[in-house]
Amino acid sequence: MNLLVIIVSSTMLWAAPLIFTALGGTFSERSGVVNIGLEGLMVIGAFTAIVFNLTFADTFGDLTPWISLLAAMVVGALLSVLHAVASITFRADQVVSGVAINLLALGLSLFLVKFIYGKGQTDAIQKSFHKVDIPFLSDIPVIGDIFFSNTYYTSFVAIIVAFIVWYVIFKTPFGLRLRAVGEHPMAADTMGINVTKIRYIAVILSGALGGIGGGVYAQSITSDFSHATISGQGFMALAAMIFGKWHPLGAMGAALFFGFAQSLSIIGSSLPFLENIPNFYLLIAPYVLTILALTGFIGRADAPKALGTPYIKGNR
Amino acid sequence: MSNRFKNLIVPVLAVVLGMLVGTIIMLVTGYDAGAAFSALFEGAFGDIYYTGETIRQVTPYILAGLAVGFAFKTGLFNIGVEGQLIVGWLASVWVGVAFDLPKIIHLPLAVLAAAAAGALWAFIPGFLKARFRVHEVIVTIMLNYVALHLSNYLIRTVLSEKSDRTPNIHDTASLKSPFLEGLTDYSRLHWGIVIALICVFIMWFILQKTTLGYELKAVGFNQHASEYAGMNVRKNIILSMVISGAFAGLAGAMEGLGTFGYAPVRGGFTGVGFDGIAVALLGGSAPIGIVLAALLFGSLKVGALNMPLEAGVPNELVDIIIALIVFFVGASYMIRIFIERLSKKKGVK
Repeated sequence: MNLLVIIVSSTMLWAAPLIFTALGGTFSERSGVVNIGLEGLMVIGAFTAIVFNLTFADTFGDLTPWISLLAAMVVGALLSVLHAVASITFRADQVVSGVAINLLALGLSLFLVKFIYGKGQTDAIQKSFHKVDIPFLSDIPVIGDIFFSNTYYTSFVAIIVAFIVWYVIFKTPFGLRLRAVGEHPMAADTMGINVTKIRYIAVILSGALGGIGGGVYAQSITSDFSHATISGQGFMALAAMIFGKWHPLGAMGAALFFGFAQSLSIIGSSLPFLENIPNFYLLIAPYVLTILALTGFIGRADAPKALGTPYIKGNR
Repeated sequence: MSNRFKNLIVPVLAVVLGMLVGTIIMLVTGYDAGAAFSALFEGAFGDIYYTGETIRQVTPYILAGLAVGFAFKTGLFNIGVEGQLIVGWLASVWVGVAFDLPKIIHLPLAVLAAAAAGALWAFIPGFLKARFRVHEVIVTIMLNYVALHLSNYLIRTVLSEKSDRTPNIHDTASLKSPFLEGLTDYSRLHWGIVIALICVFIMWFILQKTTLGYELKAVGFNQHASEYAGMNVRKNIILSMVISGAFAGLAGAMEGLGTFGYAPVRGGFTGVGFDGIAVALLGGSAPIGIVLAALLFGSLKVGALNMPLEAGVPNELVDIIIALIVFFVGASYMIRIFIERLSKKKGVK
C-alpha cells in the first residue's frame, strides 16, 4: 500500500514533462513534420522557466512557477518557428533541421546562462512546484491516498491536456485538417486546406508544448538549469509518441510508463523486489521498447503517411 | 552558373551566415566580437601546441563525419554515430586493458575491436530497416541511449569494481606518439590521424572504385530503380550501415586509445557523433569535403576553449555557430533560391 503510494506519485512526477512534450510531438508529426527537435525545445523551455522563475520569484510569489511555464511555452513556440520555416517553407530535411534545433537550443541556453549568471549553471529556484494533497479528491478512501495525495498539480494538468489534444485531433475540424495534411497533403490542398498554414500551426504547437514540458521538468525535478538538466527526455517523449502510435492518449499512456521506468531507476533501490535488478535494464527500457514497437513486435505502428516529406505545391 | 560552383557556395555561405549570426549574438550581448574571433584563432593555431590539439580534435571528427557521410551516400541518416562511437570506445579500451600482447598485435586488435563494435551497433538499425522497414533515424537515436547506459553499466560492473572509469590501457594498445607529441610541444596529438586519413582514402576508394560503392550510391539515388536493375537493396542498406558504424567505432578508438587511454562513466554524450552530422553535411558527404569540414569544426572547438580566457566570451558561442551552420546547410534551398534570383537579375542586365 505504502509502496504503491510512492510508485504512483513518483511516476506521475516524472511522466508529466514527457506527456506534455509527447503531445507536442503528436501535433507536429500528425501534420507530417518530423520533430527530432523536441529535446531542444525542452531544453529551451527548461532554461526559460528557470531564468524567469529566478528573476520574478519576488514579483509573482507562489504563482511564479505557473507564469514561468507560460514564458517557457512562448519561447518554445518561438524556437519551433525556426524549425517550421526551415522544414516547411525552405523544404529542409526535417531531421537535419531538428538536429540543428537541438544543437542550437543547448548552445544558446548555456551561452546565455554564462552571460547572465557568469557561471555554468543557475542557482536553484525557490518557488518550485510542490507536492500537494489535492483538495477533496485526496479525502477519498484508498484512491485518494494513492492518486491524489503528495502529488503535483502539473501531472493532472498534463493528463487533462492529453484528453483535450485527443478531442482536438479527432473531434474538431482543425484536427481533421491536421490529419488530412499529414496523410495526403495534395488531397488536402485540393479540398482547399492551406497545407502550409496547418503545418506551421502544428509545429508551433509542438514548440509550445515542448517548452512547457521542459519547464515542468526543470521546475519540479531539477530546480536549476545546467548542461545536464534535459538529458534525453525530449527523445524519450519522441519515443512515447511513437510507442503510443501517434495517438494523444497512447502517447500519454506510454509517457506514464516511461515516467514509471525513469522513476524506478531513482526509487528502485528502496523497493524490496527491485533491489537486485540492475538499474541498467530500467534505464534502457523505454528505448528498447520503442524499437520493438516500431519493429511491429508490439502491435503495428503506422506513422502518418506524409511524415518527413515537404509539400511542394503542384508536384505530383 | 555551374553546378560545381553552386555546390561549393552553399557550404561557404552557410559558414559565413553562421559566423555572422554568432557575431550579432555577441554584439547584442555586449561581448567584443573581434576579441572573441582573434582568441578563437589564437586558440586553434596560435602556437604549435594548439595546432597539435586542433589536429587531435579533428581526428575523431573526420571519422564521425565519414560515418554520417557514408550512410548519407546510400540515402540513410545515421544519427547513431554517437552510440556507435561509445561502444567502439569501450571495445577498444576493453581489449587494451584485458590483453597482454606485443604492440604489433595488440594495437591493431584494439582498433579492429572498436570498428567491429561500431559495425555491430549499426547493424541493428540496418537490419531493422532492411527487414522490417523501420526508419533508421528513430532506431539509431534510441540505440544511442542504450549504448550510453550499456557502456556505463559495463564499466561499473565488469571492467572495474564500481569505479567511475576503466583502468588505463596497456602501452602496447596505445596510439600515443612521443614523436608527434614532441613535434607539437607536448600536445596530445597521436597516431590516430593517420588511421583517419587512411579511412578517408578507403571511403573514396569504396565509393568511386568498387562495384559495391556504385551499388550503394545507386540505392541512395533511387531504391526502386536499383532493385529493378537487379541490385540487392536490403543487403546494400545493411552493408552501408555496417561500414558507417565501423567508421564511427574507429572514432571512438581515437578517443579511447589515443586521447584518453581509458573509458569513463558518462553523464551524457560526447557530442562528437552529433558534430559528425555537421561535418558530413557541410562536407557534402564527399571524403575531401569531410576532411575540410572536420578541420573547420575541430579548430572551432579547440579554439573556443581559449575564448573565455582571452576574450571573456563563453565557449558555447561556437556550439551556437555550429548549430547555425547545420541549420543553414539544411535549409540550403533558401540559399539556392537566393543565388538563383541574384544570377537571374544579372542575366536581365
